[in-house]
Amino acid sequence: MSSESFASISNLTIPTATVVYALALVAHAVEWAGSRTVSAGASEKKALVGAGGPDLSSETPGVVSAPPSRAEAASRIGLMLTGLAFLLHAVGVVTRGLAAGRAPWGNMYEFSITATLAVAVVYLALVRRYRLQWLGLGVTLVIGSVLGLAVLALYVPAGPLVPALHSYWLVIHVSAAAVAGGAFTVGALASVLYLVKARAERRVLAGGTMPGQLGRVPSSDAIDALAYKVHAFAFPLWTFGVLVAGPIWAEYAWGRYWGWDPKEVWSLVTWVIYAAYLHARATAGWRGRRAAIVAIVGWVAFIFNFVGVNLLVSGLHSYAGV
Amino acid sequence: MAVDETVVKPAPSPGGPAPDIGTVGMLRWAWRQLTSMKTALVLLFLLALGAVPGSLIPQTPVDPIRVADFTEANPVLSRWYDRLGLFDVYKSPWFSAIYLLLFVSLVGCVVPRLATYLRAVRARPPKPPRNLSRLPGYARFETDADGNEVLASARTALRDKRYRIEAYDGALSGERGYLREAGNLVFHFALLVVLVGVAWGSLFGYRGTVLVVVGNGFSNSIAQYDDFTPGRVFSPDELPPFSLTVRDFTVRFETTGPQRGAAREFEAPITYQVTPEAPERSYDLRVNHPLEVDGTKVHLLGHGYAPRVTVRDRNGDIAFQGPAPFLPQDGNFSSFGVVKAPDARPETLGLEGFFLPTAVIDERGPLSAFPDDLNPALVLTAWHGRPAAETGRPQSVYQLDKSVLTQFGDGKGDKLRFTLTPGESFTLPDQAGTVTFDSYDRWVKLQISHTPGLNLALGGILLAIAGLMASLFIRPRRTWVRVATTDGRTVVEVAGLDRSADTGAGHGLGDEVKSIAQSLQPPARRPQEEQE
Repeated sequence: MSSESFASISNLTIPTATVVYALALVAHAVEWAGSRTVSAGASEKKALVGAGGPDLSSETPGVVSAPPSRAEAASRIGLMLTGLAFLLHAVGVVTRGLAAGRAPWGNMYEFSITATLAVAVVYLALVRRYRLQWLGLGVTLVIGSVLGLAVLALYVPAGPLVPALHSYWLVIHVSAAAVAGGAFTVGALASVLYLVKARAERRVLAGGTMPGQLGRVPSSDAIDALAYKVHAFAFPLWTFGVLVAGPIWAEYAWGRYWGWDPKEVWSLVTWVIYAAYLHARATAGWRGRRAAIVAIVGWVAFIFNFVGVNLLVSGLHSYAGV
Repeated sequence: MAVDETVVKPAPSPGGPAPDIGTVGMLRWAWRQLTSMKTALVLLFLLALGAVPGSLIPQTPVDPIRVADFTEANPVLSRWYDRLGLFDVYKSPWFSAIYLLLFVSLVGCVVPRLATYLRAVRARPPKPPRNLSRLPGYARFETDADGNEVLASARTALRDKRYRIEAYDGALSGERGYLREAGNLVFHFALLVVLVGVAWGSLFGYRGTVLVVVGNGFSNSIAQYDDFTPGRVFSPDELPPFSLTVRDFTVRFETTGPQRGAAREFEAPITYQVTPEAPERSYDLRVNHPLEVDGTKVHLLGHGYAPRVTVRDRNGDIAFQGPAPFLPQDGNFSSFGVVKAPDARPETLGLEGFFLPTAVIDERGPLSAFPDDLNPALVLTAWHGRPAAETGRPQSVYQLDKSVLTQFGDGKGDKLRFTLTPGESFTLPDQAGTVTFDSYDRWVKLQISHTPGLNLALGGILLAIAGLMASLFIRPRRTWVRVATTDGRTVVEVAGLDRSADTGAGHGLGDEVKSIAQSLQPPARRPQEEQE
């Protein structure tokens, strides 16, 4: 096949994948809304207590109370749609690479579609093992909106690269950063949910009730454990991607391994914040809520590095352009 | 630094509200504060925060021209920025203070932990707790087998799972995962190695750039550099005595599509000599393909055009002849530059203007429409002035000193402006001289740099990652097996405890305890352990 036909396959599958992610998002929204309608009914008072009570002590990420079947069905549909969207998405990324004749992460559009694919990979790889359906809403929201933005605002036709990018370090550096970024995203979503769930649990302890939507979500301890696992996976990879592979390439391309280019600065800022996250988890008074906030701040720095630095600040990485 | 807060918390001072703890006490207190985990966290946040302004405010070492533009546009703000070191954040005292304090805190935290760890590594696995059933992982079964036999197979099972084993009366203690803390310590020490490597490079290294017109050469001495940034303790004698000549330069631009005008390849074949006596060798200098001579690297950073111009004065004498490098101002290589003819008589002459590789002159004025040389033209204005005494003051080769020059007019009240294509000449008003655009060359910008400590920094960061992974993924775990005889049957208890509870461990503990319990039971019988 010619590079034009690969390009047209990519240009077909990526927008389609975006739409399917959006449908998955709708399914997950129905799932959450469905949980709420149940909790609103007075007859469900008992189930409600069941959702809140034993959850606090449960060690496994499972959910103790039987979830409403409508929500369950919506959740399954959401997951299936996410899987379908992922397949289209993967085809889109691969054909984009074939069309351009190189790794598909040479500009912001390509990095967007690849990084969101990494989010989907991390999520789908873990969803069965850790029963992560409760993250589906957040994951499809992030992937769907980033992909949508990429298709509508960042799209550029496939083409070759400026000479500085002609290096296999491009593949190593960017793929490590993208996969770590995918895991950071899943970790940040888990951290947000952790904060919400932990707050609800404190209310239950104070005599309040657990909102129905959160009944489907595992205990805050289980979410915290998952967030840690994902971050523990991502952090060494990020270290390798931005503090080893990046500098080696920079040494080849520009004769300095570290030049305080804005992109480099923000990679380091992101690294330091996640290092602080790992330390916070081992510090009295910082475990739990504060550590989760640090993780979310780290993700914001990552996103700013990806979006803000490309759009607002000029530097050597700006050839990555829009 | 991942020490638990309770370990390093300063002891509450005895006595009244303001006890006199003396200088030593103060120092000890300050040290404890500095090496506490909370301080390390605060310093990490400060480091992240302190790094940010350098990415938003132009930095002198990165782009001095943008700093100059910024200073011109915001004189008052710039004065404050300058005082606060915000134009050179990463060498500013306050930024250095943050990371140096962080490293002091790191050392203060890690050294005591090293001592603790060395003791822990030598220690034997501890005695089993009295009540094993309270532990997070627990299994129990009864068997007819002899207790000592069970313990013997338990020893094998634990050894297979790489536990360190200690026998107690009727029980075995196993411990594993010692490398977690080792990894943690390695990670932190490796960061020190990285710091040393980076510091070494910035103290003893150097970096400079030079613009070389194709056909010309460069020999590695300070006088030849356009700009040169030595490390603090670098001495110019250390420059290796190599020389090189740029033989050619080729570039290919995208001619179609949305990325039209983007450079696709550029290449500069050069010849070089390691020493003046050494044989000449050739090399293809490309982006991502630097030349390395004696640990010094030569990078191809950029390229541009150098029009060859001949300037004759009123007497017809040649006042200037040769290539004058013009600096690209945009993606299409509209290049700005000057030609100085201070030797022209009776008046000195100066030219200023643009070289346009693909010239288009429309109502917006002259501009270049493509970076390659499809329709080259030179658009110039001209200046004249009285010959000035040689002042010895350094002058930029890219700027005319207009304070001593007067611009030619076109005779109709406007400034003189003329356009030349290669081979064309222009006669200045009143026969003041002629300007001939002979041809043009290309130039390349080379960076010559030497960064010692590079491999040390790389080794350090790789070691740090190895340590980091050990500290994140290895689970320290203790497992106990105890046998007791009750009513003629042997009661076997297996229990486990993960020692990194703060990191969301616990996964797999129950499974491991169960699998050890199962391996201790005779194969003929179905397991009937009681799992908690």
